Amino acid sequence: MTETTPLWEVFIRPRNGLAHKHVGSLHAADEVLALQAARDVYTRRGEGSSIWVVPSSAITASDPAAAEELFDPTADKPYRHPTFYDIPDDVGHM
Amino acid sequence: MYAQGLIGKPGGSVSDETEEFLAAFQARIDAEEKIEPKDAMPAAYRRTLVRQIGQHAHSEIVGMLPEGNWITRAPSLKRKAALLAKVQDEGGHGLYLYAAAETLGVSREEMTEELLDGRAKYSSIFNYPTLSWADIGIIGWLVDGAAIMNQIPLCRCSFGPYARAMIRVCKEESFHQRQGYEIVMTLARGSEAQREMVQDALNRWWWPSLMMFGPHDADSTHSDQSMKWKIKRFTNDDLRQKFIDATVPQAEFLGLSVPDPDLRWNPDKNGGKGGYDHGAIDWDEFWRVVKGHGPMARDRIKARRKAWEDGAWVRDAARAHAKKRAARKAVLAAE
Ligand SMILES: [Fe+2]
Ligand SMILES: [Fe+2]
Repeated sequence: MTETTPLWEVFIRPRNGLAHKHVGSLHAADEVLALQAARDVYTRRGEGSSIWVVPSSAITASDPAAAEELFDPTADKPYRHPTFYDIPDDVGHM
Repeated sequence: MYAQGLIGKPGGSVSDETEEFLAAFQARIDAEEKIEPKDAMPAAYRRTLVRQIGQHAHSEIVGMLPEGNWITRAPSLKRKAALLAKVQDEGGHGLYLYAAAETLGVSREEMTEELLDGRAKYSSIFNYPTLSWADIGIIGWLVDGAAIMNQIPLCRCSFGPYARAMIRVCKEESFHQRQGYEIVMTLARGSEAQREMVQDALNRWWWPSLMMFGPHDADSTHSDQSMKWKIKRFTNDDLRQKFIDATVPQAEFLGLSVPDPDLRWNPDKNGGKGGYDHGAIDWDEFWRVVKGHGPMARDRIKARRKAWEDGAWVRDAARAHAKKRAARKAVLAAE
């Protein structure tokens, strides 16, 4: 089996004012080559004004099996939303 | 296309998953939920996707070869720039797809090795030779056209990374088909010799293009399961019919004739909307070509192997350089 080349996750900022967004991944030996490859693979049509590359191995992800315990409790907390509170129309916009 | 379902059966053994697990998974699919790489999924779902996305990726990469063959002989700078950009796009498509397959736990190196030793298949269409410049126009028009027909529904595939890769691919494909049709149009309106050249190319590529959609539904055994899992959304025959109905008028517009004496407009087809009846497809040829007996199959794999082997020192050097830089950085940090 041949030696493998590290995997990188690529994030692109479409233009200033927007956040970097994950667009995909690629293989490269180091960060210099990863940036070069990201430019060639993911920005051939002006898709970006800035690129981040992150070693995939540096990402810690939540466990999909734990999704319920992590995210479901927010569903029963409607008091975190503005519409939970009754303010008379006469008060005007708030 | 390039992966209208699987060519051949997905490998592997029968799973020992419980009925409940499989039913819960199917319920997620039926609710149009996307499946993401770390989600629990049936082994057969994973296997089918690894095979299909792998075949699709290989098809994009091998597909660079027949067209790359004409880059240096493109008839003008404009055509050459467009063809270069198209072939580069196909390389990109391959990379998006390999990355999508890798989220399922296969490595790029494994997939490459499977292609080179013949275990992995790719679309039969790329085992035909590109004999004239007209072939480049016809490929863009028909082959990319068929690919688009197939890839648009894949944008809604149940597996998230595959669907996302397909959205990127579909955005880029439209130019491929249009530049091809423009080449065909230029030749069709050119000299007598150019008209003959482009008609000859259409004659050679028509049937192989129809075969790209895969076997008839009745003979496509694992197609049902892929439909159930929403990996595919339309059957092979449905997509083939859409392609024929869309393409025949485009040929007529140019005064070219589709090489099928049985092609007839049938007003009752497609639920009364009308569509074309077509002649019988030579499936013996399809299977011969898929199994690597096409005129170019050996050349294609030889070219891929040469690229892989000749590039080995570059990969090694890049890794060695990366290690050296990392070591130097560590020394500097320690100082
Ligand atoms: Fe493509
Ligand atoms: Fe294409």
